[in-house]
Amino acid sequence: MKLNERSLAFYATCDSPADNSGFLYKRGERHTAYHRRWFVLKGNMLFYFEERDSREPVGVIVLEGCNVELCDSTEGFAFAIHFGGTKSRTYVLAAESQAAMESWVKSLSRASFDYMRLVVRELEKQLQEMSQGLAGGCGGSLEPPGPWKPRERLPALPAVVPKENGCAVWNNALGADRPPDTSGGGGHDEEGSPRPPPLPPRRRVSNGEAASAGAAVAESPSTFCRLHQQYSREVARLRQDWQQRQRGPRP
Amino acid sequence: SAPAVPAVLKKRLVKLVVNFLFYFRTDEAEPIGALLLEHCKITKEEENVFSISFIEEPERKYCFECATEEQCQEWVEALRRASYEFLRRSLIFYRNEIQKMTGKDPLEQYGISEEARFQLGARRQ
Repeated sequence: MKLNERSLAFYATCDSPADNSGFLYKRGERHTAYHRRWFVLKGNMLFYFEERDSREPVGVIVLEGCNVELCDSTEGFAFAIHFGGTKSRTYVLAAESQAAMESWVKSLSRASFDYMRLVVRELEKQLQEMSQGLAGGCGGSLEPPGPWKPRERLPALPAVVPKENGCAVWNNALGADRPPDTSGGGGHDEEGSPRPPPLPPRRRVSNGEAASAGAAVAESPSTFCRLHQQYSREVARLRQDWQQRQRGPRP
Repeated sequence: SAPAVPAVLKKRLVKLVVNFLFYFRTDEAEPIGALLLEHCKITKEEENVFSISFIEEPERKYCFECATEEQCQEWVEALRRASYEFLRRSLIFYRNEIQKMTGKDPLEQYGISEEARFQLGARRQ
């Protein structure tokens, strides 16, 4: 399958900060020998390089739908990245210390796009509920909100449905909403997410083809934009007030 | 829809999954290829058409022609929000808003407050 490799390599090596990086031993695909590689985690992509200063990665693992588990190994401090599909490879990696292993397992477990999206959706929901609860509904309200009630303990984030390595299984339910594909064919909305977002008023394809209009990803940024607009109006109003005060009391 | 060569249009099925845009021949189940949608620019071109270009090679445009202008706008919007970086910025924004309103960090319940990638001042592209 073709990939825009130059763009991938650019993303791997550009100076945007990595979410984790370090040397790990990677077990070979067919042989059991481990090779030391320099690993860089950016977003949901785990790149690996032959050397720390290599110009291009040797490979990349896309961390969608994976499970990360500790495993036994002659190498010690080992962990594995598993994917759900039968054709998928398991990647066995080993760190050089307990602390490094724990750090990697944690960051890899939370690296997926789906995880991020769940968190964003949850925060967006909280913000909406809070905005609705305020008098006047403006996010920039100057009154403190009512006494803060601790939220009930939220249910654990649902596990992500496993997908094949690097290629999401598009004709299966993904377990989380995603933006619509409008060219027809394949895919359908999965209602397993804890809170199906309200559908925006768009036309719907009714024959079972991808009709997941208004996935939360599409919704949350438009709320994001609305909040920006609200704040800019608030700022403009405050600036105007300040300027009037500067001019002094009117006659 | 036409990846790569603007002069020749080929009909493709296109599917956006997280930050990847997959494309298929219309009668095949396996994708021919995919584009990683980070550090890219989505441009609305003429009617029904948009293009994707990447920061390291801005003159190279992947052009896509949609069936309708409405579809085209939907794609442009969806693709502009498709990157992991966009998601990260949204998360940081919401976290900060909630923190300002309540004085509490909403990420604490997930145990991810301290992660470098979620800090407000983090330098991102």
